[in-house]
Amino acid sequence: MIFWEKKPVVFLLMATGAILVGTIITMVLPFAWVNTEADRIESVKPYAPLELAGRDVYIREGCNNCHTQTVRPLVAEVLRYGDYSKSGEFRYDRPFLWGSRRVGPDLARIGGKYPDAWHFQHMENPQSMVPRSNMPAYAFLKKNAVDPDYTRRKMEVLDFPYSESRIRDLAGQTEMDAVVAYLQKLGSDIPWREASRAAIVGELQNPYQDDSSIIPQGEALYAEHCAACHGKDLAGGIGPDIHDVDMPDSDLYEILYNGITDGGMPAFSRLGPDRVWKVVNYLKYQKRH
Amino acid sequence: MEQSKYDTAIVKSFVHWSILWGVVAILVGILISFQMVEPGLNFPPLFTYGRLRPIHTNAGIFGWAIGSFFATFLYMVQRLTRSPLWSPRLARFQLWFFNATIIAAAVTLLLGYNTSKEYHELEWPIDIMVVILWVVFAINIIMTIIKRREEQMYISLWFMLATIVGVAILYLVNAAEVPVSLFKSYSAYAGTNDANVQWWYGHNAVALVLTTPPLAVFYYFLPKSTGVPIYSHRLGIIAFWGIVFMYLWTGAHHLLWTPVPDWVQTLAMAFSVMLIAPSWASVFNGYLSMSGQWHQMRENYLVKFLILGITFYGLQTLQGPLQAIRSFSGFIHYTEWVPGHVHMGVLGWVSLVLFAAIYYLAPRIYGRELYSIPLANLHFWLVLTGQLIYSISLWIAGVQQAGMWHSIDPDGSLSYSFMETLIEMYPYWWIRAFSGVIYLAGIAIFIYNLAMTARRGRPVAADDAVTGV
Repeated sequence: MIFWEKKPVVFLLMATGAILVGTIITMVLPFAWVNTEADRIESVKPYAPLELAGRDVYIREGCNNCHTQTVRPLVAEVLRYGDYSKSGEFRYDRPFLWGSRRVGPDLARIGGKYPDAWHFQHMENPQSMVPRSNMPAYAFLKKNAVDPDYTRRKMEVLDFPYSESRIRDLAGQTEMDAVVAYLQKLGSDIPWREASRAAIVGELQNPYQDDSSIIPQGEALYAEHCAACHGKDLAGGIGPDIHDVDMPDSDLYEILYNGITDGGMPAFSRLGPDRVWKVVNYLKYQKRH
Repeated sequence: MEQSKYDTAIVKSFVHWSILWGVVAILVGILISFQMVEPGLNFPPLFTYGRLRPIHTNAGIFGWAIGSFFATFLYMVQRLTRSPLWSPRLARFQLWFFNATIIAAAVTLLLGYNTSKEYHELEWPIDIMVVILWVVFAINIIMTIIKRREEQMYISLWFMLATIVGVAILYLVNAAEVPVSLFKSYSAYAGTNDANVQWWYGHNAVALVLTTPPLAVFYYFLPKSTGVPIYSHRLGIIAFWGIVFMYLWTGAHHLLWTPVPDWVQTLAMAFSVMLIAPSWASVFNGYLSMSGQWHQMRENYLVKFLILGITFYGLQTLQGPLQAIRSFSGFIHYTEWVPGHVHMGVLGWVSLVLFAAIYYLAPRIYGRELYSIPLANLHFWLVLTGQLIYSISLWIAGVQQAGMWHSIDPDGSLSYSFMETLIEMYPYWWIRAFSGVIYLAGIAIFIYNLAMTARRGRPVAADDAVTGV
């Protein structure tokens, strides 16, 4: 029998000591590096009142149970979601919302990917935009108003800068407006979209120029990636009618590949050149005259 | 006789309530598993996956597991110290306060009051209830041990004491938050720091809620069930100090490839692999205690639960370190593989050991022999089948999902869109949902058997060994 086996108080102190060693080294020490000047990113700003209200809706509804908010520096991940996450981007996140499982896609770079209208319709009825999605509908958020006074208190507790006019603007806003504002802020504090834009050099040649056999593939790609905004029959919806797109193949390719940042058109570079050309081909064959 | 001073009524109450919360955890688990295949089963605002999943995990970990550990700890501490409980009244208070806390947790989570932190979703007023509950429990256990009549503390008491102090440190540090209103607070830590603190907590909740307590139970109930002592005291010492020292370094293996400092991730990975040694010290200790006794696997249903339980502990503590390695984590993290892993731990290891303990306690809390051993065997096979189907289907799902997520075409683009990978999950999710139903059937038989024991079991003779120490 060793001494501590008969001395409960000594034993408790020893166990506490054993627990504290790893705790101090791996949990307390990192505070010396994180959220300091070392990882500060100048362009990262605190949440605006409406965004903060939206973030709290995201927490209340437990969105983090299905969606992560960290892009890892892995090839496929950066291709799928965008630039990998940096420590300084999360400086104002209390709590952090990195999540642990991707039942749905990562949202760290969702901001600016789709226009607001896409999000409103998707939150209200996810399956109308993504047919076989298993996401619950959050239409009820449209009925809940954001509380300006409560939001002001939150801004004060978090010590975020705000103006009274921004608080007044909250009157009449719904939780749906708030959560969409939050989603549009996510990951867009650093100019990663501009940085990752592929410069297209040289003459672009459509590899499927006169190949009508490729149309069914283009149609399937259109149905999955484009129809939610431009309509199954190309008649438009969230995005414009694109029946009679009249431009050179190379221009159309560039729009699909890099998107139109100010127009709400997402970039589809992640589909790769081959699939983008197939969509271009499909669209060209839909011209009515 | 001194055992008449032992408080077994409180043990019985905790057993009953923990089983009730366990049933809640399973029912909610089954509902959310069907929600994953059929989004129409979400009924917003209250009954959506996002609000129900924390209720499932909290009811399972804190209702069923902690409730059963309260029962078994209060039972073991009296026998191992050969002393009555320091305060039976405090234990009674603990019981009702425990139930009040679980109910408050369930209601507030349903209403959407949550901190978002996994396994620490409860908002600050409930945090305070948890702290009070834990202090009350700690005082009773520690004072009973201090006033003990058995000089040496058996290994189960070491694990109990480590649980008490460890959970206290974890919970208090991770609960640091600034209230905005009665049911809303903001974390005291921000961003990457918050993530690192949370997963230091999260992984060590696995250590100190789902590892050290079932080990305390295992080290007591295995020799009690087989009638032969644990194989090695020295191996027990290695297991104990290895676990309490090494576990705390490993939290960041949940955060590999994230912005958490690289050296923290590397330490977490290294210590996760090193943890195989103290974990398997207990596995070997269990197996070697069975030498010459393996025939009991056939004859003694309690041993079957316990040995399968420690086997799943062994598998869990090999699979865990594998997932904690950077390259494998890069592949498998965030996929369906992970719930497969977690459920092998809670359903296979923790719950099997607790079922054995409760079956062992049944004659001692009801004063009656178990109603039916064949039903206990059926319970065993149903929960084992349910759990294996659950875990294996999700491991396969996770590997397929990870393969599709990472697959890249020759032109450098992704092979699959996110939806194409999600659609592939539906068959596995159907299988998983039905595995939960099989598991529930096992639990129904367990409860029926206990109820019939209480009502119709053959009374235990007064001088029967069963009522003794």
